[in-house]
Amino acid sequence: MRDFSYSRAGSLDEARQATLAPGALLLAGGTTLLDLAKCGVTEPETVIDITHLAGLDAITVDEEGIAIGALARMSAVADHPGVQAALPAVTQSLSLAASAQLRNMATIGGNLLQRTRCSYFRDPATFPACNKRNPGSGCSAIGGVTRNHAVLGTSEQCIASYPGDMAIALVAFDAVLDLGTRQVPVEDFFLSYADAPEEETVLKPGEMILAVKLRNSAAGMRSTYLKVRDRQSYEFAAASAAVGLEFEDDGRTVKDIRVALGGVASKPWRARAVEQALVGKPLEADTVAWAARLAMDGAVSYSDNLYKIELAPRVVTRAILTVGGLA
Amino acid sequence: MTRTIHLSLDINGQSHALDVEPRVTLLDALREHLALTGTKKGCDQGQCGACTCHVDGQRVLSCLTLAAQVEGRQITTIEGIAAETGELHPVQAAFLEHDAFQCGYCTSGQIMSAVACIKEGHAGSDDEIREYMSGNLCRCGAYNSIVSAVREAAEAAR
Repeated sequence: MRDFSYSRAGSLDEARQATLAPGALLLAGGTTLLDLAKCGVTEPETVIDITHLAGLDAITVDEEGIAIGALARMSAVADHPGVQAALPAVTQSLSLAASAQLRNMATIGGNLLQRTRCSYFRDPATFPACNKRNPGSGCSAIGGVTRNHAVLGTSEQCIASYPGDMAIALVAFDAVLDLGTRQVPVEDFFLSYADAPEEETVLKPGEMILAVKLRNSAAGMRSTYLKVRDRQSYEFAAASAAVGLEFEDDGRTVKDIRVALGGVASKPWRARAVEQALVGKPLEADTVAWAARLAMDGAVSYSDNLYKIELAPRVVTRAILTVGGLA
Repeated sequence: MTRTIHLSLDINGQSHALDVEPRVTLLDALREHLALTGTKKGCDQGQCGACTCHVDGQRVLSCLTLAAQVEGRQITTIEGIAAETGELHPVQAAFLEHDAFQCGYCTSGQIMSAVACIKEGHAGSDDEIREYMSGNLCRCGAYNSIVSAVREAAEAAR
C-alpha cells in the first residue's frame, strides 16, 4: 500500500471541500478504501477521516419513513427494530452481507460506494487491462473466468457486477440519497457501465452522501431479501432478489409489487417488467414464474455465468412466493 | 519523504505512544511497533478474521483499520482478555477444553470474535454461532470444536 497523508475532517464542509483535491478520498469504515489500496487499485494521496464527525450516524424511524445517516454502521442498521418492522428486506440485506466484523466497521455510505469484486479489476499487477481502472485499456474478464460477472447492464467494455446487497433493497423501495445540495434516487445514483465503466455513480467531487431516506409502504412492510450464493455465509450473491408485496383487499390480487436483483447486473437492478406483469393479477405460482423470467430480458452471458440467467428468475420467483405466503 | 504521525493508542487499558506512517494499520502497529504479536496477520485483506480485535467493545478487523483512526478509542487484543491474576477468559478456557484448534494461527481471532459474538447475544444455537462466526476462517477445519467451545462458553455466560 502506497503511503498517503492522513487528516481528520473538522467539519462536514471541510470534508466536502477536501474531496476537491486530486487524489483525495474520504475514509469512513475503511473496509473498501484500505482493501483497494492494498490491492493497488486505488492510490490515494490524501485520506480524510470522517468518522469523527458528529451527527451523521443517526437512524430515525417515524410514521413517514426511515432516515439512515451515512456514517451509521451496517450492524447498527441491521439490529434496529424500527428498520426491521418497516423494511425487513433492508434488515435482511445487511444481516446477510459480509461478516460480523465487517458490519461493525462498514458504514451505510461506504457500503453503497463499494466497488466490484471482479478479480481482474482487483489485480492490476497481473491484469493491466481494465477499462474501469484504465479507460481504453481493454477488459481482461471477457474471455477469462466469468462465473461471478454480470449478465445485465454490461457492454463490451466491462462485465463487472455490482457486489452490494443493501443497495438492491434500497432500489426496490425507491430510496433517495441526501447529498446535501441535492436529493438523488438510489436508482439514478448508480450508472450502468455501458459506455464509461470508470464512472460508477453520479457523485461529484465536493459531494458526500449524508443520508439514505426511505418512505414507509405496505409493500415495504411485507418484504424480503433472498440471497443465493456459493456458501451459506460470508459470500457475495450469485443471485439475489429484494421483493415487496401489497395485496388488494381480496388478499390475492397484486396491488403493488417491488422487485430488484443483485449479483447479476452492473448496478442495482430494478426489474420493472416483472412488477408490471404482475400488478392486477392474482398471485399464483405459474404466473410468478413466468413473470420472473422477464427480469432476464436483454441478458448476455459470457459462458461461465450462463447459470445466472437460469438462477436469477428462480430466486425472484421464490422471493415473491415467500412474501405472498405461497412458498 | 516519509511522513510520520504521532499517535497515542489505548490498548488493553494502557496508553502507548508511537510514531508511524499514516498508512500503518492497527494490525501492523500492534505487531511491528508495540510487540503485541498475539493478533495474527492472515490474509491482510479483510477476508480471514485472524486479526480480529475489539474497538470500543466491538469486534473489528485490525488489518482494515488505520492505527490513526482508532486514536481515542479503547482497543482490546487477545493479550488483554485474561484476568489480571492470569486466569484465562472463559472463552479461552473453553477453546482449550474443546481442543478448538489445530495449528492455532486463527485462534486469537476466533477467540476475540467469539467473546464479542456471545456478548452480542448471537450465540443462541449452533446455526447462529456458525452464521455469526463466519468471518473467522480456520484452514485446519476445526470448526466443529470451535462451535462446541463457543456454545459452552455462551451457556456458561447465561
